[in-house]
Formats: sequence, C-alpha cells, structure tokens
Amino acid sequence: MSMDRREFMKIAALSAVFGVGGPLLMGKLGARNLEASEFGLTPGGKRAKRWAMVIDVSKIKGPADYARITRACRKAHNVPVIPDPKHEVMWIWTDDYEHVFEGTDNPYMEANVKDQTFLLMCNHCDHPACVRVCPTKATFKRPDGIVMQDYHRCIGCRFCMAACPYGSRSFNWVDPRPYIKDPNPTYPTRMIGVVEKCTFCVERLDQGLDPACVLASNGAMVSGDLMDPNGPVRKLLASNFTLRRKPDLGTSPNVYYVIAVIGGGKNA
Amino acid sequence: MYNGGKIFIGIIVFLGIVTFPLYYNLGRADTPPKPSLNTPVINQMKVKHCVEPKAFMRADHMQLLMQWRDSALRDGERVYISSTGERYDISLQNTCLHCHANKAKFCDRCHIYMAVHPYCWSCHFAPEKENKL
Repeated sequence: MSMDRREFMKIAALSAVFGVGGPLLMGKLGARNLEASEFGLTPGGKRAKRWAMVIDVSKIKGPADYARITRACRKAHNVPVIPDPKHEVMWIWTDDYEHVFEGTDNPYMEANVKDQTFLLMCNHCDHPACVRVCPTKATFKRPDGIVMQDYHRCIGCRFCMAACPYGSRSFNWVDPRPYIKDPNPTYPTRMIGVVEKCTFCVERLDQGLDPACVLASNGAMVSGDLMDPNGPVRKLLASNFTLRRKPDLGTSPNVYYVIAVIGGGKNA
Repeated sequence: MYNGGKIFIGIIVFLGIVTFPLYYNLGRADTPPKPSLNTPVINQMKVKHCVEPKAFMRADHMQLLMQWRDSALRDGERVYISSTGERYDISLQNTCLHCHANKAKFCDRCHIYMAVHPYCWSCHFAPEKENKL
C-alpha cells in the first residue's frame, strides 16, 4: 500500500484527535471522585518528632517478665508462635550480652551485665538499611521516624532481612494463621510470603496508648520523643549510661539500653 | 479458491461452537446477587447510610478502600471525613466490618458473582460468628 504525504497527514491528525481527546473525554465521564472527602489525624493520638525507646533491662526480672512483654506484643499484633525455629516470626525477643553488644564484651566484665538478658526489637533507625534496599517501597520511614512495613506492597524478596543488621525482620515461610491462638480480632494477621516486624505500635500511639510492650513492662521500657529535651526519653538518657546496638554501622538506631552496674557486681 | 465449501462449512461450525454459550444462555436471566444488610448494627440505624452514598460505594468502594489503606498505613492519617462531613476511623476490620459483620452474605455474594477474588481476607479478619477464618 502506497501513501502520499496528504494521506499520511490525515491519518496522523485523526490519530492525534483520538489519542489525546479520548482519554480526556473518558476522564470527564469517569470522574467519580468525591471532592468533599478528606483525611485527618486521629484526635488525642500520641505524636512525636522522633520516636525512641529506652529499655532499662535491670528492671526486668527473670523469664516471667520477658515472657509477659513478648506475650503482650504477640497478642496485640497476632504474631504467630511457630515451633520450628527456621520459620519463627518475632517482633520482640531476647538474647544475651555478647550477642546483643558483640565486640564490647570481655571475659572478666561485671557479671550482672554479662549475664543479663536483653529485649530486642526493631531499632527504628534514623538511616534504615532495610528501607534503602526495598525494591517496592513496601518498607518506609515515617516522618516521625517509625520504620513501617506495608504488607500490601511486600513481594517477599527478603532484601530487607539481609540488609537489617539487627535481625529484626521475620519472613512468613508458612501461613501464620494456624499458629495464632486466641487472635486479636481488631488487628490483621499477615499472610504467607511477606516480611513483618515491630511497628512501634503505631495503631496504639494513634489511640493515645503506649506501645504494648511498654505497657506490659511495668516501667522498664519507656517510649517517647527523642527531640523533646524535657521528655522521659531524654531524661533517662541524660541520667543513665546507655548503649545502642551496633552504632558503628551508621544506621543510628533508636532503641537505647540502660546498663546499670548494681552494687559493683557479684565478684567485687 | 480451493476447497471453498469445506472452509466455509468449517468456519460456520467453528462460529457455532464459539458462540454456543451465548445462545445457550439466551433468555435465562441469572439472578443478580443481593448483598444482605441484615446485621444487628445496621438494623439499629435509624437512617441507614454507609460512609458515602450508596451509588458511590457500590461502584467505587474498591478505590475508597485503596485510599483508606494508603492514608492510614503510609500517611498515618486514620480519620476519614466523608463528603457528608462525618468522621470515620479508617479500618476495614473495625469500621467496615463493624456494620457489615456478615462478610459471607455481603462482600462474598457480589465478589463470587463477579468472579473477583480480593485478597483482603488473607490478612484481615472477618468477624468469626458468621464467617469462619
């Protein structure tokens, strides 16, 4: 088929009319957005410029206290209890000094500190490595510093798990629902194939409540605004010796551990 | 044309088979789904209303749910102010399903009819009484 210049111009002009005019017309016809609707913040919610957590481990006595705190978290967020350690899902868990603060321990250090068990959770870093590597922006940092996970977007690539230096993320290798006994009906579960982690209880902060672990810790854990110089977090940090996990990696974690040497130690 | 007769017969037979579902179902109107509004919370409402007008909800509830999801989860804004000026907590489980507690007779009826399979329920809970997990 041969085409002269005039024929070509005709076809081009017609294509332009349909190509540009069509979507415009459909846009007008299909516009059903509600102009008057809008979104807002929950009144009475807890707000901060930079959320942080201080954990005074010396105030948590024994396995019963740790179990109560982790149970509160599991209950609040329908975190499954999966017996197979390869499939474990944890938002808050425990470990000993040499694994929590590796490289700072020595064989002769104060026994109370060395034998202490530490609560571990997502550090909600200032520079979260998990957010940098996420290919779908499923994990992201809120303006108030909380590192969030959007399960709707998560494709389960587990880059974030490789990136997180704290092991704060768990992958759902199996459907978690059968492993949740007595679920909390006001909170969703997760599904197989997504990564999950601690959310700093954003949904509770919005209702004006403290995070579930803070509430269950009887004062051993304190959450608050790191940017408020008169707030509880800054007061604790100013009056105690605190450590953060792996600060040399540059992620700037926001969970602080109060290290208290009680009475000079057992061996003094 | 070689074998013209055979080709035309073939085409007619082919079209007959392909269009079989159309004339087979001709005149048989499938009953459209009737989502049930019979839940205790809805029955107690004096003026029955959803967060937005019925026509909008019927056509665009999925877009609204997507907006709710992104607003609550990504922007942290968990209050929806509707076109009528009313405020609602943004929550599928705690707001939508508070009234529409009958997922099986409300959500599922249309979704099954339309053969759409939203994956909401692989994470979100439906109330246990009427809808098993």
